[in-house]
Amino acid sequence: MSLRYMIPASKFKKYLPKDYVELVDYGPFGKDYNDVGVKNMGTYKELIEEHPMCSGCWMAYYIKIIFASLPNPEDTVTIGTAGCGRLAISQAAVPFIYGNYGDQNAMASGITRAFRLRFPDRHKDVITIAGDGGMMDIGFSMTMHAWFRRERFTTIMLDNEVYGNTGGQESGMSMEGAILKMSPTGKKFGKMPAMQLAITAGCVYVVKMSPTNINKASKAIRRAIFAARTLGPTFLHVYTSCNIEYSIPTNDVFRDAKEMEKGRFAYEEYMTDEAKELFAQIESKNKREVS
Amino acid sequence: MSLNKTLVSMEYLLKEAPREKHFITGAQAMAEAVKRASVDMAIAYPITPQSEVMHLVGDIYAQGHIKEYYRAEEELGTMSAIAGAARAGVRLFTATSGPGLLRGLEAIVSWPGHRVPCVLGVLTRVVNAPLSIQPDNIEMAYLLHSGVVLLHAENQQDTFDMTLAAFAITEKVDVYIPVAVATEGFFVTHAKGYVDMTSEELAFNEPDPYAAPVPAMDNEVPPARIQRDAPVQKSNFMSYLIHSVWQQEIWDSNKRAMKYIYQYLGGPIEVQNPDADVFVLASGCAAAQAREAHRYAQEEELSVGFIKVRAIRPFPKEEIRAALKNAKKVIIPEHNIIGWLATEVKAAIPNSGIVVDGPRVYGGMTLPVELIMEQVYMALGMKSETLQA
Repeated sequence: MSLRYMIPASKFKKYLPKDYVELVDYGPFGKDYNDVGVKNMGTYKELIEEHPMCSGCWMAYYIKIIFASLPNPEDTVTIGTAGCGRLAISQAAVPFIYGNYGDQNAMASGITRAFRLRFPDRHKDVITIAGDGGMMDIGFSMTMHAWFRRERFTTIMLDNEVYGNTGGQESGMSMEGAILKMSPTGKKFGKMPAMQLAITAGCVYVVKMSPTNINKASKAIRRAIFAARTLGPTFLHVYTSCNIEYSIPTNDVFRDAKEMEKGRFAYEEYMTDEAKELFAQIESKNKREVS
Repeated sequence: MSLNKTLVSMEYLLKEAPREKHFITGAQAMAEAVKRASVDMAIAYPITPQSEVMHLVGDIYAQGHIKEYYRAEEELGTMSAIAGAARAGVRLFTATSGPGLLRGLEAIVSWPGHRVPCVLGVLTRVVNAPLSIQPDNIEMAYLLHSGVVLLHAENQQDTFDMTLAAFAITEKVDVYIPVAVATEGFFVTHAKGYVDMTSEELAFNEPDPYAAPVPAMDNEVPPARIQRDAPVQKSNFMSYLIHSVWQQEIWDSNKRAMKYIYQYLGGPIEVQNPDADVFVLASGCAAAQAREAHRYAQEEELSVGFIKVRAIRPFPKEEIRAALKNAKKVIIPEHNIIGWLATEVKAAIPNSGIVVDGPRVYGGMTLPVELIMEQVYMALGMKSETLQA
C-alpha cells in the first residue's frame, strides 16, 4: 500500500502541487537503489532539495546523503528534535515527527512497536536523527534506554560538537577546553564516548565517521537501517561540523571534515556476528550495492 | 492470544450490558476497564500510588487482553513513547501519579496539539516539598491548561465507568485529543468499594486508524505526508497563524467532548436538592465526603444541596451557573491547598462572593465530614458546636 498511497488519481493529479507530482513521477519512491541513491544524486528528483541551513553547512550535506540512501523511502518515518538538523529534515518528502526535547528515541520505541503490531509482515523503517545535544545530553536517558531495550530502529547522531541552533553553547560532545557559550573558561571535561556507550548498550551495528565519501556514508546508513529491521538497535555517530560556531570558512568545510577523518572521527565500524552475516547476505544478492 | 471476546459499542458497554457487583480497589477498577477496552499497547513506569494500576495492566497483558506492554525508562520516556505509538494508529493507555505526572508533563501538554488519542490515568499524590506519597490532588491544577480532557472520579465505580468512557471519547472524530481520568491515590486506588462491572467477555470495538480524523503516520493513509514545508518552525506570520488556529481547534475539541460526557456519563455534574439555599460542591474523593455532608444535612432537615463535578475539562460553566442560580452560599471542599476547583467555580458564576473557600485538606489528610458541616452551619447562620468549643 505504501507506494500506492502517495500516487494521485489521474484526474486529481493536475490539481496537486508541481513539487508533489514531480516527486511521485521522478522521485526515488519504489525505484531500485542502483537507479537512484547517492551515486545518481542530481539526476532524479531528490527527497530533499531546498533547505534553510547556513551556507556551507556540512550537516545539510549529510542529511541529503541520509535521504538519498533510504532503502525504502515510501515506508520510512523520521523522528527528530529541536536543533538545526530538523530544519532540513522537515523539508524532506518523508513523514517526519518533531517531538519534544530529546525524546526522539522514546517516540521511536513507541512507533516501531506499534508498527510491528499493525504490520507484522512488513518493514517500516524508523530513523531518529538528532544532534549531539538531543542525543547525548537532554535525550541521553531515552537514547540509552531504547538501546538497552533492544528497540529495533536506527539512531543517527549529527555531531557538530556544539548547540548550534540555540547559539553555540557547550554540549557533552564538545572537546575538553573548548571555549563556547556556557563554557566561558573552556569545557572542563572531554567528549562523551558515544560509540562505546552504544556498543555497551547493545547496538548491533555502530559506525563513527566523518562523511567525506558519500558511498561509504551511504553504505553505513543502509547497513544501519537493514540491521535495525530484524536484529536490534543501530547507531551512526557522524561528524557534521558547525561552520558558524566553529568559524570554519565555507571553503574549508570539506578540508575540516577530512582533517577530522584523520583524528577523532577516524572511521570505525562495529557489528555483531549476526549483523555481519546479514550484510553478507544482502550485499551478495546485489553486487552493485557494494561500493 | 485470542480470548474470543464479543466486541460491542461503548454505548452498549456502559449503558446496556448486564453488570455484576464486585468489591474491588480503585486500581483494580481502572485495570478492569482497560481490560474491556481492546487496548493495543500500554506503557508503564512505577510511582506510588499509581504502580498498582500498571501492575494489574501488566497482568492483563500477560493474560492476552493487551497486545504490547513494557516498562519505560521514566515518565518523559513513557509519555513520549505514547506520542510515538499514537502516530502508528493504535489504542493506548498509561497511568502516573504526582511527580511522575509533572516529569511527563512536557510530553503530555504536547499530546493534544499532536492529536494523540490515548487514555491517561492520574492517581493523585503530593508533588511539593516536603515530598510524600500521600493523596493530594494539586497535580490536577497543572493539567487544567494542557488541552487534555480531564475527568475526576469520586470512587471505584466512577473510575471504572470514566476510564471506559475515556477510550471512546478520545477517539471521537470531533474530539481526538487525550482523556485523563483522575482519582485520589490510596483513598480510591487502594481502598475497596462496590463496582458494578460488565462481563470481561465483552470489549469495546477495536480502533479503526483509517477512520481517524488525523491519519496515522503509517505511510498507508492518504494524503501522503510528503510535504516539504514546516512553516510552524519559522518565525513568521504563517507560524503565528498556524499555531493559533491549531490551538483554537484543540480547545474547541476539548469543548466538543462535553456532549460525549453527557452521552456516556450522564453529564458533567450531578445535582441533589436543586432548590437548596446552600450547596456543597466538590469533585473526586472530596465529592464522596460532600455527599456524606449532604446526607447529614438532609437528616437535620437543612436546606443544603450537593453538586458533584465529574468533568474538570471541559469545565461545565453553564451547568454550574444554572445549578447555583439561586444559591446563597456554595461550599467547596478540596484535597489541595490552592483550591483550584474553587477558582474555577468563581470564574464560572457571576456572583463569586457566594463561594466559601474550603474546607481544604492537603498533604494526604482525610477530609472529615464534620469540617464540611461546620461550614454548612456557618453558611446557614447557625452556631457550630465545634467552632464554639
